[in-house]
Amino acid sequence: MNYYTFSDKAKRLTYILMGLGVIALIFGLVSGNITSTRFWANILLEAAFFTFISLGAIFFMSLQYVAQSGWSVMVKRVYEAVGRFLPFGLIIIFLVMVVSAIKGAGANGSNDIVYHWMHKGTDKIYDELVAKKSMWLNIPFVLLRTLIIGGIWVYLANVMRKRSIEMDLTNDYLPLHFKNLMTAAYYIVFFGITEQFMAWDWIMAIDANWHSTLFGWYLFDDMWLTGVIVTVLLTIHLRRKGLLTNVNANHMHNLGLWMFALSVLWGYLWFFQFMFYWYTNIPDEVVYFQARIDHYRCIFWIMFCVNLLLPLIVLMTRDTKRNDKYLVIIGSILLVTHWLDAYIWVMPGSIGVEWNIGFYEIGLAIGFIGFFLYVVLSALAKVPVQIKNHPYIEESLHHHI
Amino acid sequence: MSHTFVHALYDDDDRLKDGATKVRSLGHTIKDVFSPFPVHGIDKIMGIKRTRISICCFIYGCTGFSLAFWMISYMMVYDWPIDIGGKPNFTPYHNLPSWIPILFESTVLCSAHGMAITFLLRSWLLPGVSPKNPDPRTTDDHFLMVMPAYTDADIKAITGIAKETGAVEIKTVHA
Repeated sequence: MNYYTFSDKAKRLTYILMGLGVIALIFGLVSGNITSTRFWANILLEAAFFTFISLGAIFFMSLQYVAQSGWSVMVKRVYEAVGRFLPFGLIIIFLVMVVSAIKGAGANGSNDIVYHWMHKGTDKIYDELVAKKSMWLNIPFVLLRTLIIGGIWVYLANVMRKRSIEMDLTNDYLPLHFKNLMTAAYYIVFFGITEQFMAWDWIMAIDANWHSTLFGWYLFDDMWLTGVIVTVLLTIHLRRKGLLTNVNANHMHNLGLWMFALSVLWGYLWFFQFMFYWYTNIPDEVVYFQARIDHYRCIFWIMFCVNLLLPLIVLMTRDTKRNDKYLVIIGSILLVTHWLDAYIWVMPGSIGVEWNIGFYEIGLAIGFIGFFLYVVLSALAKVPVQIKNHPYIEESLHHHI
Repeated sequence: MSHTFVHALYDDDDRLKDGATKVRSLGHTIKDVFSPFPVHGIDKIMGIKRTRISICCFIYGCTGFSLAFWMISYMMVYDWPIDIGGKPNFTPYHNLPSWIPILFESTVLCSAHGMAITFLLRSWLLPGVSPKNPDPRTTDDHFLMVMPAYTDADIKAITGIAKETGAVEIKTVHA
């Protein structure tokens, strides 16, 4: 009994969640209050948030391969399953970009789009900052690199997962492991560079007049953290189901350490961006925080305080990291507040000051949770969750801190 | 009151751990273990209480934070306010973002140095102090376990366990 069963009850739950999401989508299309920008910006937000979770999990798995670390071997299947959402999320993000490009194109192009720099209509006021960026920010190039880079990410992740499943079926698993190690090394280097591009194209380009060299790293840390949190939650779920019996408090302690460390790194990156902007007060930089502090004040401060202080205070001691209850509660709160963080990446630049979290936003978020869970849990149910062959499995069994 | 110690010398850390486990399981105590490198898990086997250095760290950190806060608010708000880039600097609240790095660094400085000094003092690792290490081989490739013995029967029992678990040298020391 090594298989995770995606029970009918759980399936029904994900269907209900997805159904809610579809209702919210229809509501968003029909309702007069919801502009096209708000409609698509929320889809982009959800897709990006969940894609980032997948990317974080895949990156973290690759890191374990390259670092040759033993402790995390037990939860390898969980990383792989979380990574399975990647292609779906990428397609949706691509769709949002295409819609923006089509609606904004031509002399009659509308400005009611997520990526305002794609707007080409006659009512457009000449924007020098965007015009200067046209070498990088032009529609064919952006779409092309999203496709190519996303495609390579999906390909490498699939290759690693396929080999990892194969490892369990053969006794001669060492060559496969070392192949995976090499793939992971390529993936890390490739991802480290291209993730920056995608962070600029998907998120930073929404505020097209603004740019920051730190933003890519900031998003990178966010991906990593949310990926680790979802891994922790799924691992605890599997243990409750009586699977992954070899994963004990020591493994959870290490995962909790990552949650703590990445939250602090997140706070570090966020605060230094904020402090330098506050100190230098350069107009074309300050607009970023001005839009957020003036019009999204509540989200902005709640998000910052919870994301930094909650893990800092609660996860500091050894005991909380070894306690599943604490990990679940803190992890869930952090996911919500990081979603709020994602909300203010996307919204101020696209829909501007008139934001509102209503039925559409929440329904869509719930729908995407259902979608994500459906994809991830089906992937988890396909192969045995307990891996059999791995050079470091012995080390992971005896992991002790 | 015992002034007799059994010194058991091992040449392998796993055998040392076996020996320590056995000694403890039969109700004897271990005073100390000397080893050339940290042996993972030996503290639990020896029954050492969890270190309180993290509490010290918290206290030192608070001290560092308060010192830095007092220093910088005295300098920047009370004594000699300087207009830097037009930033308001009449209250600590207005100045706070620019103070965070200093507060952080001072907290880390005080907690790290405080912990290191506490550790060195507590374990009496100071310049000029004569080593407590009973056997110089424990700085190279041997492990020494020191166990107090209260009666002759104890000495016999502990020596027996040490022999059984593969100690390479067993000595009884009257202190």
